[in-house]
Amino acid sequence: MLRYVLRRLAWAVPTLVLVTFLVYVALRIGTNPVESYKRINPRATPAKIQQYIDVNGLDPNYVRGYFRWLVNFVTLDWPRSIKGSREVWPQLKDALANTLRLGTAASAVGIVAGLMLGVFAALRPGGRRDVAVNTAAFVGISIPPYVSAILLQLLFAVYWSRWFGSTLFPTSGVYPPGQMGFDLGLMLKHMVLPTVVVAIQIIAVYSRYMRSSLLDVLSSEYMRTARSKGISERRVLFKHGLRNALIPVVTIAALDIGSIVGGLIITENIFSYPGMGKYFLSAFGEGDFPLLMPWMVIIVASILIFNLVADVSYAWLDPRIRLD
Amino acid sequence: MASPVLQIRDLKVTFSTPLGPLVAVRGIDLDVSAGEMTAVVGESGSGKSVSFLAAMGLLPKSATVEGSVVLDGQQLVGASAKVMRSIRGRLMSMIFQDPLSALNPVHRIGAQISEMLRAHQHMTEKAARSRAVELLEIVGIPQPGDRALQYPHEFSGGMRQRVVIAMAIANSPKVLIADEPTTALDVTVQAQILEVIQKVQAQFGTAVVLITHDLGVVARVCERVNVMYAGRVVERSGIHDVFDRPTHPYTRGLLASLPHAGADRLVPIVGFPPNMLKPPSGCAFRTRCLHAVDACGHGIPELQPIGESMTACVRAKEVGVST
Repeated sequence: MLRYVLRRLAWAVPTLVLVTFLVYVALRIGTNPVESYKRINPRATPAKIQQYIDVNGLDPNYVRGYFRWLVNFVTLDWPRSIKGSREVWPQLKDALANTLRLGTAASAVGIVAGLMLGVFAALRPGGRRDVAVNTAAFVGISIPPYVSAILLQLLFAVYWSRWFGSTLFPTSGVYPPGQMGFDLGLMLKHMVLPTVVVAIQIIAVYSRYMRSSLLDVLSSEYMRTARSKGISERRVLFKHGLRNALIPVVTIAALDIGSIVGGLIITENIFSYPGMGKYFLSAFGEGDFPLLMPWMVIIVASILIFNLVADVSYAWLDPRIRLD
Repeated sequence: MASPVLQIRDLKVTFSTPLGPLVAVRGIDLDVSAGEMTAVVGESGSGKSVSFLAAMGLLPKSATVEGSVVLDGQQLVGASAKVMRSIRGRLMSMIFQDPLSALNPVHRIGAQISEMLRAHQHMTEKAARSRAVELLEIVGIPQPGDRALQYPHEFSGGMRQRVVIAMAIANSPKVLIADEPTTALDVTVQAQILEVIQKVQAQFGTAVVLITHDLGVVARVCERVNVMYAGRVVERSGIHDVFDRPTHPYTRGLLASLPHAGADRLVPIVGFPPNMLKPPSGCAFRTRCLHAVDACGHGIPELQPIGESMTACVRAKEVGVST
């Protein structure tokens, strides 16, 4: 197992190089970093522009340029952003922390609630509960986050303050403007609405996954064997059913969590939540190459790592899968 | 004959389907005595598995069970889920057709057997584990200590069926229901599995019900045979009577369609089994029977003695007992 993980991690390095190269090429074609620099710094001297080209690896030859960028990236000699000439890592670090917080909360709430609803629905297929959960799931999947976000903002901020005099949950940011330092209560309050918006989607999708996976398992022969042993129905369900039903769901969950780092673009923008999605949109809008490349590396690395997590958890849950 | 441990009287099983009620078992009587191996023979859909799933309380909720199933003095039809749980696996247990899917793929063999033990006996986990290893040895699994720690996918089909048997006999049940235990296996393995079943029957004095459509299997191991057709028992005989002097036209048809030395070709039973949503009036077999007359359409025939056998055919005496 350990050898397998190490081998996969070793393989992740060339994969990361290849994918970041493709991303590098795509960004150079798509955003034209040199032009963006000139547009934002119209009075830059040719020497300044040449220096920008050098540190960012924007050589006309893509391969040579990419390796120049790679060397700078790996030696942590990161160029500053085009706009405002700020250091990249502090911004990126904050964005990453904010998104991880939101993503973790939403995934935890969403997956746990989704799985529970899925089990609840599968126990009586076709029954009233099942129909209720299915209908709710379809509604949840069908409502895009920008609709549910705006509805929630209307309800908990606009109408709430009209009815009760104050807003219940703030609608933007991580802290109120002007707040300095750390305040857990305020932070959680700000996270509530965006978490709910993301969690609605996750709940809807995972209740469907869990329902169909558990229904599959419930109709299998070994469940009848388990029942024929005379053990309690609860034990049949949890010990024999759930473990098997979770195998495919956990795999999907690992993959989904891996992509959440870059996947909350819409929600973060509606709530002005300074995470990875918002970071990406503003950087992309400016064609800010020095900001974009490290962002891409983090997204790609996260997906690669969670692919590995998915494989390992699959083998861990299912003895039939062997990794070596 | 010893008094029966399992006594089934007028058992009816009805499934509610979108097309209306489907009566899969239409009133059967059956006795199973201790230490005896009884066969229940019939084609797919004749209700043979459903009858015993009903006795075990393992049918889905869409099924209604009527009549009487008495096991060791206890009425099982209408018994509470709790009572049924205490009976399943302790007094009566079941071996299923497909050993490849009957075991839970994510639990170790030993754990699956010890779960059966601990469900009905006060045992420590450790004691149950070592008893599980003994049981694996009884059913003829080599290196049972190591095998107990393996998962089902590391076993062959025949070996898995041995595991299922070990599990079924773990609490020395009075009745063991073997539902097509050899159908999914190679012929050579079939013989071994039958031997294992015979061995545990002798060792534990268990009454065994062998549900099968394979008359060859029946001839090898059973003492008494119940032939089922369309949810009814149509003939009940000793093993020699069934093969030498079959009394019901359906039984004769079954035997004629078996391959045997000297026969030029097989003689199949014409037609198809009846649609159980709308079974024919009277004898359900009359639509395929060579001897059917108008009288066969009036009332479902009851079992009546013909020689040593019991048969449910109104013309049994006239048609005679020769093949």
